[in-house]
Amino acid sequence: MGTALHPVNAAAKDGRLLRAAVLVTVAAGLVLPIAAGFLQTARAGVGVMPAIGAADVSLAPFVALLDIPGFSTALRLTLLTGFGATALSVMLAVGVCAAMHGRMSPRDSGRLLTPFLAAPHAAMAIGLAFLLSPSGWIARALAPLAGWDRPPMVATVNDPAGLALIFGLMVKEVPFLLLVILSALSQIPVRRHLAAGRSLGYGRGIVWIKVIMPQVWPLIRLPVMVVLAYSLSVVDMALILGPSNPPTLAVLLLRLFSSPDIGLMMPASAGALVQAALVAMAFGLLLALDRAGRAIGRWWVRRGGRGLSAEPGLWIATALSGILFAAGALAMLSLLVWSLAWRWPWPGLAPESWSLNTWTTPGSGWAGALGNTLILAAAATALCLVLAIAWLEGEDRARRGRAGWAEALIYLPLLVPQIGFLFGLNVLFLRLGLSGSYLAVIWAHALFVFPYVMIALSDPWRALDRQLPRAAASLGAGPWRRLFAVKLPILLTPLLTATAIGVSVSVAQYLPTLFMGAGRVATLTTEAVTLSSSSDRRITGVYATLQAGLPFAVYGAAFLIPALLHRNRRDLLPGAAA
Amino acid sequence: MRLPLILMATLAAAPAFAGWNDTLEAARGQTVYWNAWGGDDRTNAFIAWVGEETEERYGVSIEHVRLSDTAEAVTRVISERAAGRDADGSVDLIWINGPNFLAMKRQDLLFGPFVADLPNARYVDLSPGAPAALDFTVPVEGMESPWRLAKFVFTYDSARVASPPRTMAGFVDWAAENPGRFTHPDPSNFMGATFLKQALLELASDREVLLEPVTDAAFADQTAPLWAWYDALRPNLWRGGEAFPENESVQQQMLNDGEVDISMSFDPASAAAAIAQGLLPETARVFVPEGGTIGNVSFVAIPYNAANAEGAQVVANHLLDPAVQARMQNIEVLGSFSVLDPARLDDAAHAAFDALPTAPALPTLDDLGPTLPEPHASWMTRLTEEWARRYTR
Repeated sequence: MGTALHPVNAAAKDGRLLRAAVLVTVAAGLVLPIAAGFLQTARAGVGVMPAIGAADVSLAPFVALLDIPGFSTALRLTLLTGFGATALSVMLAVGVCAAMHGRMSPRDSGRLLTPFLAAPHAAMAIGLAFLLSPSGWIARALAPLAGWDRPPMVATVNDPAGLALIFGLMVKEVPFLLLVILSALSQIPVRRHLAAGRSLGYGRGIVWIKVIMPQVWPLIRLPVMVVLAYSLSVVDMALILGPSNPPTLAVLLLRLFSSPDIGLMMPASAGALVQAALVAMAFGLLLALDRAGRAIGRWWVRRGGRGLSAEPGLWIATALSGILFAAGALAMLSLLVWSLAWRWPWPGLAPESWSLNTWTTPGSGWAGALGNTLILAAAATALCLVLAIAWLEGEDRARRGRAGWAEALIYLPLLVPQIGFLFGLNVLFLRLGLSGSYLAVIWAHALFVFPYVMIALSDPWRALDRQLPRAAASLGAGPWRRLFAVKLPILLTPLLTATAIGVSVSVAQYLPTLFMGAGRVATLTTEAVTLSSSSDRRITGVYATLQAGLPFAVYGAAFLIPALLHRNRRDLLPGAAA
Repeated sequence: MRLPLILMATLAAAPAFAGWNDTLEAARGQTVYWNAWGGDDRTNAFIAWVGEETEERYGVSIEHVRLSDTAEAVTRVISERAAGRDADGSVDLIWINGPNFLAMKRQDLLFGPFVADLPNARYVDLSPGAPAALDFTVPVEGMESPWRLAKFVFTYDSARVASPPRTMAGFVDWAAENPGRFTHPDPSNFMGATFLKQALLELASDREVLLEPVTDAAFADQTAPLWAWYDALRPNLWRGGEAFPENESVQQQMLNDGEVDISMSFDPASAAAAIAQGLLPETARVFVPEGGTIGNVSFVAIPYNAANAEGAQVVANHLLDPAVQARMQNIEVLGSFSVLDPARLDDAAHAAFDALPTAPALPTLDDLGPTLPEPHASWMTRLTEEWARRYTR
């Protein structure tokens, strides 16, 4: 007995070591740079920037920031679009889940959501801008009916209230939240709760709000915070769909950072601090609402109202989500059509003439950008997969669950506004002579890929049937063999899904590529955003199509490879587990 | 277009410039990171072609870093200096002019003077006060090398607009008759600011003052009629003057989409080029207000810490090659007017320029009227600041 215990203890020790090694790597690669970047930004924000001869701590940068025309409007816009998009997305996603849950297999819903998750924000924004603009596809379809010989004079994109930006954010965030909620629901006996609730005379919608949501909410709180932080600090989508005079705070800051007037870097840094404070405040507000909701919810549940009337609300949510999905699909289609067009003037519903010119002209240079994008995505995703597997395996071997702080650590890069630390980090990297190198960009991508890979991999990893590695161990397989011969092959589907998510996150990175690549590392995303401010939608169409097509292809592979390899293993097929 | 042999022969026979051979030697094998606005596909293709040429001839390749705004490159150099990276910088060559040049020159962020050392500079009139020796009235002093001419023009669709405004003042009446059909790029953008400057040149009481650095009194005095004019124009702009296109490319797209009837450009050939590319209707034409429009020269400059300064000089020199300039002026390639002084060209070069094709939407030099000098760069900065203060809420 004593001899049998020995290897197990060794494995646990081994596991602790592995876990410690991964934690140190993550802390050194993730937390330290973010903190250092923030420090640099903060120093500039309070007036300390030795390079331009500013050495005295002062509030002058904040005064200058407040003095910038339209600053207060930008702040208001940011709050409106950030909170508006998040709140509406959560409501719609919950409504759709309530209405559709049980009517669609997880596999089908996964297939439906994938294209929307795969399409990068910038590509989606470019497509939506064409779809929604007064001279866009929808207006062109209506023109013969309404008798418009000129585009109507309404601000449907770049509107001063930011409604188009909210819509664009929702097109991306509702599918993400749907996926998150669906995965949370798989951990809750929804059918039983529903049946019990209905038998007590509660309406379907009310059971969802009163019984199921309170159980789902803790599981989706972090993802909702990610959506909130993203919506409050988004740059690429706001550039394309948002108002321009003044723009949202994040875009205003990017303009200040890239102004020829060097003195503006200090107010810009002060603005980055304001942006960070805004996100922190938003989190505080969300948690306060969380508290208040608990108290109110308890009182509400005890009151016992049956509320049969919530049903129409669910259908409205579903219909609205349907509109979002249709808009998203049309937006992506419009990009493809533009990339194949030659002349396409108003009010033509389809191009007047077609051409493959933009795809075959080397001048448009998409091949180089595609190559860069592939290299970055492959390297960053591979790095993150290895780290994630090491982390999870370390937890297994050490037989420890994840501490709350470790969970927070994983989410950190997604919760901190990018503009807050990327500028400071760039200065730091320049000092180290790393800026503009592929390594710097790969690392910056990994920063944002790692959280998603961890999130995608954690649940399936924990759901793994413990009997299998145990059986392998009893047959004499060591820990490494158990990992490579048993666990990883079984987890092939989630591993490939995590890869697909990782690739699509890497492809979509705009600010990190721009700042860390010093403009030298051109990817499909940086080029698509740059080109969206040019006059040639056909070339933009090529870039955006590739930008959306690449992650989509990887998602397709993530579906196909297991289907082929596991064609005779029904329980390992994608979608079978959930 | 291949280089006429005779031109190559002239080049080869050029007097040996002391040091130039050393530059060529050092440049061989370098990759020049040319930071240039990447919003125009024809320019991008032209830069790619120049890169092939310099690679073949001098072993210098060009990597075009596409910017959405030139200021990005300036910021990059500044943050490099902030980080103490005084050599081996990431920017080798910048397509630059006006305020960005002034900012870099003031901060001592430029390499040079180098222009006089370029063998092909002998084709350019660099005498004091010549267009290629001034950038927004700021003397260039050899710190940046010219490469293309720019002149402000408006583009309109002649199928929709019978008679475009004849003066800047006339835009007020035109917009009142056609509300929502005209706009200008956001003044934080170069082209938007140029639109305001064009109006300022016409409306100011004393043009000479505009060539001096701005003072508070002169600014208040000279811009008063401009703001009165703009206040009358603005309510009838596209979206009531509450939103503006980001740059002239977006506005050209809006012209093609039919959202507005007039767009503007700093390139007289842009309308003809856009028609050839299928980006504007065949009926698009160019017009300029009576009395002429602002013109300036586009330059390339080398940052003080450029890693490949020799290669950058080779590229700057090659851009001034008469054969390259003739290709640049070809409407089927780029259609930008050459910066070379015709009086300094030989017969072969003249023939190359005379043989260039023409197009219906391409204005002749006579159509374009006189060229007005840019106001001093400080006016542009004040103008955009004041505009933002007045009209951003």
